[in-house]
Amino acid sequence: MDISYIILVPFIPLAVFILLGLFNQKIKPAVSGYIGVLGLLVSSSLSFYAAYQYFFVSGKMDGVYQTFIEKAVWMKFTETLQIDMGILVDPISVMMLVVVSVVSLMVHIYSRGYMKGDDGYTRFFSFLSLFTFSMYGLVLATNLFQIYIFWELVGVSSFLLIGYYYTKPSAVAAAKKAFIVTRFADFGFLVGILIVGFTTGTFDFETLNAVSPEGGSLLLNWASTSFMGLSVITWALILIFMGGAGKSAMLPFHIWLPDAMEGPTPVSALIHAATMVVAGVFLVARLFPMFYFVEDGFALNIVAYVGAISSLFAAIIAITQNDIKRVLAFSTMSQLGYMMLALGVSGYEGHEGLGYMASMFHLFTHAMFKALLFLGAGSVIHAVHSNYLKDMGGLRKYMPITNITFLIASLAIAGVPPFAGFWSKDEILVAAFENNILIYCSSVFVAGLTAFYMFRIYFGIFWSKEKAYDHAPKESPLSMTFPLLFLALLSIVVGFIPFSEFVTSDKIGFEAHLNYPLAAIATTVGLIGIVLAWAFYKKENSLSDKYANAFGALYRWAYDKFYFDEIYLFITKNIIFKWISAPFAKFDRKYVDGTMVGIGNKTVWTSEKIKGLQSGRVQDYAFSFIAGAVVLALVFIYLWTN
Amino acid sequence: MIEGISIYEILTLTTILFFVGVYGFLTRKNLISILISIEMILNASVVNFVVINKYLYPDMLQGVLFSIFIIAVAAAETALAVAIIINLYRQISSVEVKDTEVMKY
Amino acid sequence: MEKIIFYILAVMMIVFAITAVTSRKMLRSVIYLLFVLCGVAGIFFLIDYNFLAAIQLTVYAGGIIVLIIFSVLLVHHIELKLDMAKPIRQIITAIGCLIGIGVFLTTIYSYPFKVVENSNITTTAQIGSKLLGYGEGGFILPFEVISVVLLAAMIGAIVIAKGKKLSDKNEETI
Repeated sequence: MDISYIILVPFIPLAVFILLGLFNQKIKPAVSGYIGVLGLLVSSSLSFYAAYQYFFVSGKMDGVYQTFIEKAVWMKFTETLQIDMGILVDPISVMMLVVVSVVSLMVHIYSRGYMKGDDGYTRFFSFLSLFTFSMYGLVLATNLFQIYIFWELVGVSSFLLIGYYYTKPSAVAAAKKAFIVTRFADFGFLVGILIVGFTTGTFDFETLNAVSPEGGSLLLNWASTSFMGLSVITWALILIFMGGAGKSAMLPFHIWLPDAMEGPTPVSALIHAATMVVAGVFLVARLFPMFYFVEDGFALNIVAYVGAISSLFAAIIAITQNDIKRVLAFSTMSQLGYMMLALGVSGYEGHEGLGYMASMFHLFTHAMFKALLFLGAGSVIHAVHSNYLKDMGGLRKYMPITNITFLIASLAIAGVPPFAGFWSKDEILVAAFENNILIYCSSVFVAGLTAFYMFRIYFGIFWSKEKAYDHAPKESPLSMTFPLLFLALLSIVVGFIPFSEFVTSDKIGFEAHLNYPLAAIATTVGLIGIVLAWAFYKKENSLSDKYANAFGALYRWAYDKFYFDEIYLFITKNIIFKWISAPFAKFDRKYVDGTMVGIGNKTVWTSEKIKGLQSGRVQDYAFSFIAGAVVLALVFIYLWTN
Repeated sequence: MIEGISIYEILTLTTILFFVGVYGFLTRKNLISILISIEMILNASVVNFVVINKYLYPDMLQGVLFSIFIIAVAAAETALAVAIIINLYRQISSVEVKDTEVMKY
Repeated sequence: MEKIIFYILAVMMIVFAITAVTSRKMLRSVIYLLFVLCGVAGIFFLIDYNFLAAIQLTVYAGGIIVLIIFSVLLVHHIELKLDMAKPIRQIITAIGCLIGIGVFLTTIYSYPFKVVENSNITTTAQIGSKLLGYGEGGFILPFEVISVVLLAAMIGAIVIAKGKKLSDKNEETI
C-alpha cells in the first residue's frame, strides 16, 4: 500500500498556519476563514481516502491489518539508537486521522460563524491549523521521540488557544496553568522515553511493540533490570503514562482542563474534548503491547485504576457545576477515564482485546458527540452571552436546531440506544465486567451520573423557566448549525460501525456481540439518570436545592472540585516555595550571587584606588619612564661591573 | 678634533645638557616650555652623533647624515607641536599641562 | 686656543640651558635656548663640520626658534610669569637628574674609546654626494623619506592649526 501521500495530511495545515501566521495583518478575515477550511478540507479528504484504502482495499494481508511505515533518519546517536521522522499507518492512526479530520473540519466551519467579527480572526485560524498539524503529526508518529515532539506542539497550540483572549487575566492564567501542569506531566513522559531509549536501545514503536511468536513481548529480554521491586521498563511505562495522564486530564493532573474552558468554545470542542485530550489514551493504545506484556501488565493495572477513579471523580464534580462548559469539561474527563479503564482491563488477543477495541470505539464516538455538545454549548453561549446555567432556560423555542442536536448528543453520551455512545459504552462495560467487577460497578454508577448531569444541563438550558434576556436569543447562522447537524447525524450512525472488525489490539478483526443483560442494566441506569434529571430540572423547582442541602458537605466538596486546586496551591506555595525554593533563592542571592558581586565590587574598588596613576599628565609618565630607565641602567651597570 | 679636548669632555657636556633638558621636561608646567626642553634633549643627542663620528670614525659620514635627519625630524615635530598647541589654546584657552589632563578621557 | 673656546662655549651652554629651563618668563627662556643652540653650532664649527653648523644655525636658530616665539606670542602675554612645579618635585627631579648624570658619566668614563687622531675636513660636496648616493652606503632612500615626512608634517601642521573654520583669522600660524 502506498502511503506517501499521507505525508501531505499534516503538511497542508502547516502550510496554512505559516501562510496565515506570516500574513496575519494582510489577509482579510473572511479570506483567512476560507483558506483554513479549504486547507483542512483537502487534508480531510486525503485522510478519508487513506482510511478507505487502508480498511477496505489494501490494508489487510492474511486477515491481519498491516503496519506501514515510511521514515527517514533524523538523528543518529549510536548504531542502534536513532531518531527517525516519518509516518506510521496502522488501524489506530488511521482511525485517529478520521477523528481529527472530522472534528477539526467541523470546528473550522463552525468557527467561521462563531468567531465572526473577532479581532484575532486570522490568528485564531492560524492557531487552529497549527494545532491540526501537530495532532496529525502526533497520531502518525513512528517513534516515541517524534510523538513527544508533536505532543509538545499540541501542548503549545493548546496554550495559545486557551490564552486566545489574552487581554482577559483569567484566560492568561488558565493558559499558563494548562501549560505548566501538562508540562510537569510531560517531564515524566520525557524521563520515561529516556529510560526506554537507554534500556532497550530503540525508540521505534515497531520494535517496542514487537510480539514474539510465543505471545509475549520481545522487550522481556531487556526488562531484567529492576528498581524498587519493579522492572525498569515498568517504571518507564508508568512515567510515560504520567505524560498521558497529564494530557488526558486524569487524576491528579486534571486541574487544568476545567480552566482551559476559558478559550473560545470551538477550541474547547476541538482540543479539550475530541482530539488533544485523547492523546493520552492514544499513547497508551500505541504502546499497548508493551503495557500489556511487561511484568504481566502492572502498568496497565495502574492505567485501569487511574481511569476508573478519574471517571467517577469527574462525574461527581460535574453534577454540581453551574458553568455549562465546565460541566462538559468534567464530563470529558469522566469519559476519558472510561477509555483509560477500558484499555486497562483489556487483554491482548482476539476477544480478549475487547477493552482495547472498546476504548478506541469510545474514543471515536465520544469525539463526535462531545464535539457536538461543545459546539451546541457554544451556540447557546453565542446566543445568551453567558456560560452560566442560571442565565439560561427555555431556549428550545428560540433555538430549535441547537435543541435537537444537543438532545441527540446528550442521549448519545447517556448511553441510550441506538445512539453512538450506547454501543461503545456497552463494549467498555462488558470488558470491565469480564475483568474487574469493582471497576465495572463504578463504571455503571458513572454511566448513571453521566446521564443525570447531561440532562441536568440539557433541561436547564432548553426547558426550565424562561429567563429575562436582554434581547431575544436567536438560532445561530448556517455556518454554525451545519456542523451541529452533521455531527448529530454522525452521533446517530457511527455506533453501527462494526468497529471490532477494524481496530483491535492484535489487528485481527473479531465479531463483537451485544451483551444483552449488561446492555439492559447500563441503559436502565442511564434512563434512571435521565428521569431523575427530568424530575429535578424540567420545571424550575426547589427539589434540587433540597437534595443539595441533604448532601451538604459532599455537595460543597464536589462543588469546589474536592479542593484539588487548593491542595496544589498549598503544596506549591506553602511547602515548595516557602521551604525549598525560598531558601535556595536566598542562598543563591546571598552566596552564589554575592561572591560574584563581591568580586566585581572589589575590582571596582581597586580600580578606583589605582585610577590616580593614570593622571593624564605627560610629565608624570615621562618621570616614571626616566626613573625606570635610570634604575635599569644602574642595575645593568652593577651586573656588568661585577 | 679639537686640540686638547678629549671625547670624554664633550660627552660630559652633552650629558649635562641632556639632563638639564630632562629636568626642564619634568618640572615645567607649560607646553611650550616642554617643547623647549625637548629641543635641548634632541640637540644633546645630535652633538653626540657628530662627536662620535668625528672622534672614532673620521672617515665616515653616517653620524653627520643622521644628525641632518634628526634636525629635519625635529623641525617637523616642532611645527606639528606648535600647531597642536595653538589649536589646543583655541579650544581650552590654556597651554598649561594640567588643563590638558581632560584629554585622557 | 681651541681648548679655551670650547670651555667658554661649554660653560655658556650649560648656564644658558639651566636658565632656559628655570626662567619664569616664557620669551626669555626661548632666547636662552637660542644661545644654547648657537653654542651647539659653535661646537660643530670647532670640530670642522661647517655645513652642519650652518644647518644648525639656519634650521634651529632661524626656523624653530622663530616658530616657538610666534607660538609664545600667540598664546601668551609676554610678561606672563609662569607657574613652577612644587619645590619638592623640583628637588626630587633634580636629584634624579644628578643620579642620571652620575650614571652616564661613570659609564662614559669607564669605556675605553678608540679615538683616531685626525684632522680631516669634511666638505659639503662629500655630504651631498653621500646623502644623494644610491650606491652602497648611499642615503637616498632616507633622504626621500624624510622629505615626505617634512611635507606631511607641513600639511598636518596647517590642517591642525587652522581648526575648523576655513575663513578663520588664525591663518598666520605657520
